Amino acid sequence: MAVLIDRNTRVLVQGITGREGEFHTRQMLEYGTQIVAGVTPGKGGQEMLGVPVFDTVRRAIQATDADASVIFVPAPFAADAVLEAVDAGVRLIVCITEGIPVQDMVKTVAVARQTGIRLIGPNCPGMITAGQCKIGILPGNIFTTGPIGLVSRSGTLTYEIVDLLTKAGLGQSTCIGIGGDPVLGSTFVDLLPLFEEDEETQAVVLVGEIGGSDEEIAAEYIRTMRKPVIGFISGRTAPPGKRMGHAGAIISGRTGTPQAKVDALRSAGVPVADALHEIPDLVKQALANRT
Amino acid sequence: MKIHEYQAKEVLARYGVSVPRGNVAETPKEARAIAENLGGRVVVKAQVHAGGRGKAGGIRLADTPQQAEEHARALIGSKLYTPQAPQGVPVSKVLIEEAISIAQEYYLGITLDRARQRDVVMVSAMGGMDIEQVADEHPEAIIKVWVDPWQGLMPYQARQALYDAGIAREAVPTAARFLTALYRAYTASDSSLAEINPFVLTPDGQCLAADAKMNIDDNALFRHPEFGEYREESVEDPIEAEAHRRGIQYVRLGGDIGIIGNGAGLVMSTLDEVSRAGGRPANFLDIGGGAKAELVRNALELVLMDPNVKGVLFNVFGGITRGDEVAKGILEGISALEVKVPLVIRLAGTRAEEGLALLQGTGLIPAVTMQEAARKIVEVTR
Repeated sequence: MAVLIDRNTRVLVQGITGREGEFHTRQMLEYGTQIVAGVTPGKGGQEMLGVPVFDTVRRAIQATDADASVIFVPAPFAADAVLEAVDAGVRLIVCITEGIPVQDMVKTVAVARQTGIRLIGPNCPGMITAGQCKIGILPGNIFTTGPIGLVSRSGTLTYEIVDLLTKAGLGQSTCIGIGGDPVLGSTFVDLLPLFEEDEETQAVVLVGEIGGSDEEIAAEYIRTMRKPVIGFISGRTAPPGKRMGHAGAIISGRTGTPQAKVDALRSAGVPVADALHEIPDLVKQALANRT
Repeated sequence: MKIHEYQAKEVLARYGVSVPRGNVAETPKEARAIAENLGGRVVVKAQVHAGGRGKAGGIRLADTPQQAEEHARALIGSKLYTPQAPQGVPVSKVLIEEAISIAQEYYLGITLDRARQRDVVMVSAMGGMDIEQVADEHPEAIIKVWVDPWQGLMPYQARQALYDAGIAREAVPTAARFLTALYRAYTASDSSLAEINPFVLTPDGQCLAADAKMNIDDNALFRHPEFGEYREESVEDPIEAEAHRRGIQYVRLGGDIGIIGNGAGLVMSTLDEVSRAGGRPANFLDIGGGAKAELVRNALELVLMDPNVKGVLFNVFGGITRGDEVAKGILEGISALEVKVPLVIRLAGTRAEEGLALLQGTGLIPAVTMQEAARKIVEVTR
């Protein structure tokens, strides 16, 4: 399989009867994702777009063998939804919800890590294995199958880069939007090893941004990778102390500066694009340089 | 959300953190009355969101209520020029507090450690100094303990940090109770920062928060109605305040090219691209998913409130919302406004060509790539 999901992944949607949940369930079904169940407390027994709805995640799994969950639950209830999925024992949780209190995520991420259940997000666009399975809100039609993996802290910027890659003839294996929050279920360093192991992936594009030090930490791991990684950092001209849209995109004091990230990646041998349009060529060069 | 010192102290007191007696005043008369009530010497402290108040003359000792009133008169309505706010921050309130005697000054802080994904508690015997400077020059002087979020800060962790930091041994039991109360206040109020600097040990062995700084996680405000009254409009920037009212993510940046886009990462990259092309972005504005007419109009109105804006660049990636729908939204949104500056529209993604075709003959300047869009907006605003 590609990274984490493929055509056999059985997905349940938490919050399937909400506006976003319904809209994106339809989009995911159209892409070919196997949506086997939905969960909305109090609406068990109903159907949504032909998908059976259950009151609890546990019941949904018992009835359908779902192994991944995607969460469209509003922020005040999202941490509870993640913990419910962890408790019910799915393998993968993708949390799309934006605006979850940080303290909720600190607690929730600690539990997910302890149990070894892979959590992607929150505040993320989700993930896709091109041509096989889409979990989240990414526009499926811009992706084409190929050897490039992508892991990114941003949504639309991911689409922009995928669009550039596709137009340059560089298809994608799996693309993961890890989210724009300060506390994430999976950071770059959690996911890069999966791309390193993945047979479909030949090179990885890492899309970082200002704030935190996940890119610097990833750079240390990249030194040990066999596959080439190409980097891009957004917010190169962002002023310190201002939160740039994403809750996690802020330069605080001396941490989170774009220069530290670019320097760390470059010193680990990662070609870092200064502008977006340079990315496809850097990927092609990296593929050509492999031995 | 940043809250003022007097507000932070209200919150802390609720959770059993010891703070000096005092009250906030909005007029010199109120200041006098509070000082009379407290009796003895008092401190008059300007309530502003900027560090370095003391050096800027924002903290003044008063021996009599008369003097407290005079200090309040001098501060309220004035501007404070601190190293962190060289452009000056207006003072509208002062905190009047009993003057405390100080035996030792320490530092206590709690914040999120992003890399470890847990809260970190920091203790230092080097109190009253800029903690970033201490971190640079004497990193060993800051003792850190990380908190298991399900367990909370355990008393042994508090003791360990205080002993290791070199806090006076006889003060450790009291200081440990103070620190656990501070952690309780931090979590219960969904803070992203709680800092007591200086944390004071008095000659009679009391622990007190001489100063207090707290930031509240904006995402958690929904479950803290008690902070509603603390919300203050941005005093520094009226457009940011208006954006906040309209629920739009906007940051003023000071240049002359307005920027509107969908998605934080894409907008950040657009700023970078415009800067590379030699332009100076006026703002960051994220309209989120798609581009509905109403939202476009709202966003454009906001950007044009900035009198320096000489042109606006729209950068929208059509994903699930298709490019032609985005173009229609932009056209409808714009038609409701009288726009006198040039607009460059860059559309990419799903059905971008169809979208760009709709813009033909409208006076809007179309662009296909981000590079081209950045170059064009810089050209037409030069």
